[in-house]
Amino acid sequence: MPTNDELQQELEFEVMASMVREGSTLIEVGCWEGDLLELLITKRNCRGYGIEENHEGIYQCVEKGLSVMHDALETGLKDYPDKAFDYVVLDKSFARVIVPDRLIHESLRVGKQVIVNCSNFGHWHVRTQVLFGGKTPVTESLPYQWYNTPNIHFLSVIDFLDYCAKNKLKVEQSVFVSGPKRITLWPNLFAQSAIFLISAE
Amino acid sequence: MPSQPARVIMYTGAITGATGKVGHFNFAFPPDSMPLESGEQLGPISIAFETYGELNAAKSNAILVCHGFSGDSHAAGYKEGEKGAGWWDGMIGPGRAFDTDKYYIISSNCIGSCVGSTGPASINPINGKPYGLDFPLITIRDMVEAQRHLIDALGIGKLLTVAGGSMGGMQALQWLAAYPARVRSVIPIATAAKHSPQQIAFNEVERQAIMADPVWNNGAYYGGALPESGLGLARAIGHITFMSDKSMDAKFGRDLKSDKEPFKFTPEFQVEGYLRYRGNEFVKRFDANSYLYLTKAMDFFDLARDKPLHEVFRGSGARVLLVSYTSDWLYPSYHSQAIARAMKAAGVDVTYIEVESDYGHDAFLVEFAELTRLIKPFLEKSIKNAADAH
Repeated sequence: MPTNDELQQELEFEVMASMVREGSTLIEVGCWEGDLLELLITKRNCRGYGIEENHEGIYQCVEKGLSVMHDALETGLKDYPDKAFDYVVLDKSFARVIVPDRLIHESLRVGKQVIVNCSNFGHWHVRTQVLFGGKTPVTESLPYQWYNTPNIHFLSVIDFLDYCAKNKLKVEQSVFVSGPKRITLWPNLFAQSAIFLISAE
Repeated sequence: MPSQPARVIMYTGAITGATGKVGHFNFAFPPDSMPLESGEQLGPISIAFETYGELNAAKSNAILVCHGFSGDSHAAGYKEGEKGAGWWDGMIGPGRAFDTDKYYIISSNCIGSCVGSTGPASINPINGKPYGLDFPLITIRDMVEAQRHLIDALGIGKLLTVAGGSMGGMQALQWLAAYPARVRSVIPIATAAKHSPQQIAFNEVERQAIMADPVWNNGAYYGGALPESGLGLARAIGHITFMSDKSMDAKFGRDLKSDKEPFKFTPEFQVEGYLRYRGNEFVKRFDANSYLYLTKAMDFFDLARDKPLHEVFRGSGARVLLVSYTSDWLYPSYHSQAIARAMKAAGVDVTYIEVESDYGHDAFLVEFAELTRLIKPFLEKSIKNAADAH
């Protein structure tokens, strides 16, 4: 039996694949072992590349036949020309960089569109833990303790939409998921993950 | 129709282990010659090479491996009557990264060298004596040009890959730049698109060590005593640059060679003994003039010259696997990263990894498990692309 987490990831991957045009070019910043990248390349017939800083991740990408650059997520897009790719894919990558703002701007420079998948800190489970437990929340999509979490930024659906409005970014599509289901009602409260297709206006 | 220039391939022996053949390729017979980058001419030219595995019917599985500057064509398996396995035996053989059950691997000794190919120790056809310093300056481009004649003579249109470390990596890059349509992929390892002043400085000190040896005699020592002390010292300096602080500490520490009371400047530390031993061993197999010519070829190498590097790679359809090592201070990773940056800007399909290793520049001759993990799937993907293209 796949766990709720696995089902949610499967759905997230499916949603991101649906946002990508058949035969397009893309680069994923923070591609880990290349599972999503491989799916996008095979399912959508894309020309795809990855940027990763984790050694084991890079080896596994190469074993999958993927092309990957060993580079810091924060600065890995620097040398690509403007609009070099149709899409830049950021699958939970905000959590891995010090300044996500910079990563988003670089992504919008290098990609015509940017696909963002992030965990929603506005989920009701998170809120109740903070409110009633007085503790930093530990949930299914945020399963770490404060001292070992790789997620160094927490944001909610509303936070991200505010950011887009403030930076004049166009949110072309948004899909919200929780476990194996899509969420349409009150996503800031019920979505565990939020997936956006954005572009510079 | 113009007549084909004369060229001769001879097979003179067999390789066991990685099943293969020992060969010699001769071309550019007078009055023909091969024009060099310097504007001079060289001919006749002989190239020592070995092959492992079998060329398939589509001729799509041929791989060229290029040795480092002091290497030779004996890359894998065992020659008849010899004990030593080839320098990349851990990488080439049945089931290995360069799988001899699947691929046809060619390893050739570069020109300018002294291990079977035409170099300064060869006979100058003009006077019937060894060239010595009359041998023309050769470049990485010239080495690749000579290899290209060999690949032509073997009837191979497009190589599946060109792979090599250090000076061999420069040749892989040169293949990509000069013959982008003749390589499906390249694997440059622990290398650079041009030498830094630090690299040139080390090479210069090594050359000075040879030239300061009175026996060297301006390169005219053939037939007499060899400049062993100069060449041995050059090699010892080289070995320091091939290792890392950490690998030397792990290998030697501050261990002494014996419990005897030390006496002035005899080699007491293990590391001292090792450097003298490597120097002494090296002079038995390598020619001092080749050392001068080959280090100079590396120093002169500059893939881009007056262009931005990315222009060299623009339009290349080849896949690239670039590898550097964390502890390599002779070819630090920034060299490979500069190549990777240029390839990104040029839209080349490139994979780059900085492999963690304590072995310094020597890592590409030691860290076979890591290289295999990268090269094996990279080649499988490349040959699949080749099949899809047919």
